[in-house]
Amino acid sequence: MAEREQKKKSAPQREEEVVEEDAPATSESGEKIKAELDDLLDEIDDVLEQNAEDFVKSYIQKGGQ
Amino acid sequence: MAVPKIVGIETEFGIFVRGSAESNPIAASSVLINAYVQELVRTGHAARTAPRVGWDFEDEMPHNDARGTTVADASPPEVETHLVNAVLTNGARYYVDHAHPECSTPECADAFEIVTWDRAAEEILRRSMTAARSMLAPDEEIVVHKNNSDGKGNSYGCHENYLIARDVPFGRIVREITPFFISRQLFCGSGKIGTEAPGLTSDDVPYQISQRADFFEEEVGLETTLKRPIVNTRDEPHADAQKYRRLHVIIGDANMSEVATYLKVGTTAIVLAMIEDDELGLDLTPVAPVAALRAVSYDLSLQRPIELVGGRSATALEIQWDYLERAQKYAESHGLESVGESVGADVLARWEQVLTALETDPMQTADIVDWVAKRRLLDGYRERHDLEWTDNRLAAVGLQYHDMRPDKCLALRAGLQTITDPAAVEAAITTPPGSTRAYFRGRCLQKWPESIVAANWDSLVFDVGGDPLRRVPMMEPSRGTEAHVGTLIEECETAAELLDRLGS
Repeated sequence: MAEREQKKKSAPQREEEVVEEDAPATSESGEKIKAELDDLLDEIDDVLEQNAEDFVKSYIQKGGQ
Repeated sequence: MAVPKIVGIETEFGIFVRGSAESNPIAASSVLINAYVQELVRTGHAARTAPRVGWDFEDEMPHNDARGTTVADASPPEVETHLVNAVLTNGARYYVDHAHPECSTPECADAFEIVTWDRAAEEILRRSMTAARSMLAPDEEIVVHKNNSDGKGNSYGCHENYLIARDVPFGRIVREITPFFISRQLFCGSGKIGTEAPGLTSDDVPYQISQRADFFEEEVGLETTLKRPIVNTRDEPHADAQKYRRLHVIIGDANMSEVATYLKVGTTAIVLAMIEDDELGLDLTPVAPVAALRAVSYDLSLQRPIELVGGRSATALEIQWDYLERAQKYAESHGLESVGESVGADVLARWEQVLTALETDPMQTADIVDWVAKRRLLDGYRERHDLEWTDNRLAAVGLQYHDMRPDKCLALRAGLQTITDPAAVEAAITTPPGSTRAYFRGRCLQKWPESIVAANWDSLVFDVGGDPLRRVPMMEPSRGTEAHVGTLIEECETAAELLDRLGS
């Protein structure tokens, strides 16, 4: 239990330090993550079923185990 | 010392026929599996007679209850003997169960192996969908999803099976595994939009951690299709019943993430080894286990405490930390031989990492935890198009996360970590693991399909002409491995020679 308390406390502190000391890199990587998500969302627009409503409504399964 | 934690996963896949006004899921599942088997024959990967290898139901006893009693109002699962049932050369069983195609992996020795054969099962389903195209009208297509719910109140399972020593009191298993099953969804839940629990709406639960939590109503029981219990009591060891139990775990979600499957099986195997050695000694029983299971699934903040017997309370994360700390101590004092030393050590390390990340910011686990990966897609898509949680396009994203069609599957695009070797997965489609009796089953089917008339988990039945049929029992899951019989199978030219040398 004692070990866990330490972990709990140390994790948020580490995050704060990164933000303070290295703000430009963080926002850069933040932008990279956002760009990746944007690409992913573009891809979802491409591969999502054309008629989502029909697709979802017709998806009815028999119960199993 | 705990017995080897030999493990298998059985997955019931969602199925429907696109382009068909009325699709019968039993017929579609049969077409799917038959198409796969015929494709194996056509491409020379199975002898012409292979599809005739039937499943041998002699030892199926799904009505036996581990508590040693028969519950009068329970409706035990029926054994469906008339539907398609194929035994594959990788040692898997591929069949129609409850209106779904189901693939049961071969028995594997550890969590890493099971991920490889679980991935192979996905590839088998993908190939089946492709093969089935030639058996359908041009505008029809069989589509399969690796999920556990249709979002309309119907659920189907992804079960795990673990080998346990018979002499472990079942009551101890129930008491000590229940808090683990309630909380492990934090890293192995697959995520679901809305709720299918009676009396709740998507206003109450817009998104939840588990696909299955809504469908569990009991703490312990024999049922699997209704009134599902957190701990299932089916006592059907498929092995020497004097020595072994098979714990049939019905509570899990089917995972798209390889690491999630790895953690699900790896952590559960370690916890079961500890229970078997009576080294867990945790009493974290929730006051209301079924309500706790759902509360954990609905709490995306991971902060909500669960009330425990004895007046204490703990969050699901705190419960997981307790199990992990005990497991770390157990590894030091007892070793992890029963789950594989190196795999066990790796599971412990990743278990700690995932709990730390979940505690810091769940979004950090978007590359390994399915419910987080899916939520990231849903949140992004919802914001981009300004959608309500109930929008059909979001439902389609939620469904397509699990789509087995590579061109439609969103999990494949979600940036999930992979841990398997693609060449090993390819091999696992047709080759059994060398570490369990699945090796004997699979290799005999590869080499002498025309001489095997039936197979099941614990025996093979040979017809070598003339004599009566000969059954080779395989009651010991850790025998019949490559080390035991690899050379023997290699050296024998015929099945008759094999049987002579086995002395059966």
